[in-house]
Amino acid sequence: MSKKQVISRLLQIVVVLLGISFITFLLTYISPGDPVRHMLTASGTMPSEELIQSIREEMGLNDPVIVQYFRWLGNCLHGDFGESYTLGKPVVTLVAARLWPTLRLTIMSTVLLIIIAVPLGVLSAVYKNTWIDYLVRGLTFFGVSLPNFWVGLLLMLVFCVKLNLLPVVSSSGDFKSMILPAVTLAIAMSSKYTRQVRTAVLDELTSDYVIGAEARGVKFSKILWRHVFPNSLLPIITMLGMSIGSLLGGTSVVEVIFSYPGLGNLAVTAITSCDYYLIQGYVLWISITYMLINLIVDFSYYLVDPRMRLKR
Amino acid sequence: MKKQNFFLRNKQFTIFLILACLIILAAIFAPFITHGIDPTEGNLKDAIMPPSGEHIFGTDKLGRDIFARVIYGARTSLTATFSLVMLIFFVGGMLGIIAGYFGGIVDTVIMRIADMMLAFPGLVLALAVAGVMGANMRNAVIAIALVSWTKYARLSRSLVLKIRNRDYVSAAIVTGSKTPYMIWRYMIPNAIPTLIITAATDIGGMMLELAALSFLGFGAVPPTPEWGLMLSEGRAYMQSAPWLMIFPGLAIFVTVVVFNMLGDSVRDILDPKNE
Repeated sequence: MSKKQVISRLLQIVVVLLGISFITFLLTYISPGDPVRHMLTASGTMPSEELIQSIREEMGLNDPVIVQYFRWLGNCLHGDFGESYTLGKPVVTLVAARLWPTLRLTIMSTVLLIIIAVPLGVLSAVYKNTWIDYLVRGLTFFGVSLPNFWVGLLLMLVFCVKLNLLPVVSSSGDFKSMILPAVTLAIAMSSKYTRQVRTAVLDELTSDYVIGAEARGVKFSKILWRHVFPNSLLPIITMLGMSIGSLLGGTSVVEVIFSYPGLGNLAVTAITSCDYYLIQGYVLWISITYMLINLIVDFSYYLVDPRMRLKR
Repeated sequence: MKKQNFFLRNKQFTIFLILACLIILAAIFAPFITHGIDPTEGNLKDAIMPPSGEHIFGTDKLGRDIFARVIYGARTSLTATFSLVMLIFFVGGMLGIIAGYFGGIVDTVIMRIADMMLAFPGLVLALAVAGVMGANMRNAVIAIALVSWTKYARLSRSLVLKIRNRDYVSAAIVTGSKTPYMIWRYMIPNAIPTLIITAATDIGGMMLELAALSFLGFGAVPPTPEWGLMLSEGRAYMQSAPWLMIFPGLAIFVTVVVFNMLGDSVRDILDPKNE
């Protein structure tokens, strides 16, 4: 990647971030719920109109939306993302506290995902149109149609309630409590992923150089692992990057089921309680991670694909 | 004669079309299938009863019949999913065609917005939108539509761009065809088949996303019978009443499988690459 490309990518990221943050800001602004009313009822007082108005004035909620937006943006640039008014803590602290559990869950489910999807995808591509392929494709077919929250609930029913092997509530966030959320996520994602791996490997397997190598008597296993697999890595990495990106945002559904203390769970809490600063902080965090991951994915092309290095 | 051939030739399509029609019919004729049992009214005396002859799927904590709720749930789910897919099909497709046909600033604005949506995990934004607008099925549909139209816009734009500079298109413009006619006569027919394939394969996934929103409490509101909502209501009774979460989940799964299969066979039939 040339310097110019890097700069233009970074600029693009800044523009998208501005757009996304403005949209979320607008969203919370036009929402029918009144945060002040929410905040006061949450603390148990019956709010009077007067009180609400004075607090709105104090918090600057009566200013025009553009003024509010730039004030918030300015604060963000100073590292101040506001304070959550339902939880009474700075947004930064709240998000930071959830980062590590979410990161661990992401790593664990991604590892599981790779362990499941890559071998299955390769197998099904190599044994195309045999019973192995049909079996794998059939499984992935049912897999994409399974609602992940249902999978989570069923796993919980079997392993926590019936067999009593694992804790029902994963709020501690330790290793044992991560197993089921990670497995649920991996199962849900692996079907789609297996198909992608299969397509990627098949694309390579049918190309001319493979036929050439076979004709020269190169061993098939060597062709597969030395040539085909590295070449099919590009699309696989793209997919992986996207799923890691959304995993890092926290996967609300699964986290809610298992009461896992991750970012997704925090987001749901924030949204249900109309906690605007928290929602905005969270959305901003997601967009930044998502775009950074995309950037890393682009750089990894450069590492994986020698052609990219030559193309200066 | 020709019609019969078509259905016989595409067995997979025919089978899943029949199954899909059965599900749709079940939703339409829900009152007949459930013998007039109201899915929102229950008798507390019958609360949490396991599946039996009288309530074949059991009852929930309010004594409502799960079978009736699952059947009526098909109404909620199918209506919402079809409106969602139609919405993104028309809005996304049209925006893409406009962007591709007019080019220039219109194209830039529409596609930059689409890019922005792409640089972002969809469900998160949908959650925020649905949560902020207030929980109901209509808002859930709008929320998911907001983040899903981009796929259709990109597709139809690229399809329009493919023919935009062909000679016959220029000839039609030169001979005085008005813009609406151009779009209606040339651009839309050119984009429709691919868009239909995409929509057909999208139905299952969209159904899952809507159910997920409802499950989180940002979609259907009680007492609406909706599968995702039923699952989240049944969660608390997992130990004592597992049927509360087994049947709604099974309903989602079966419906999504049928529509995914149908979508795949539509793609196989319409996609020229498979010939």
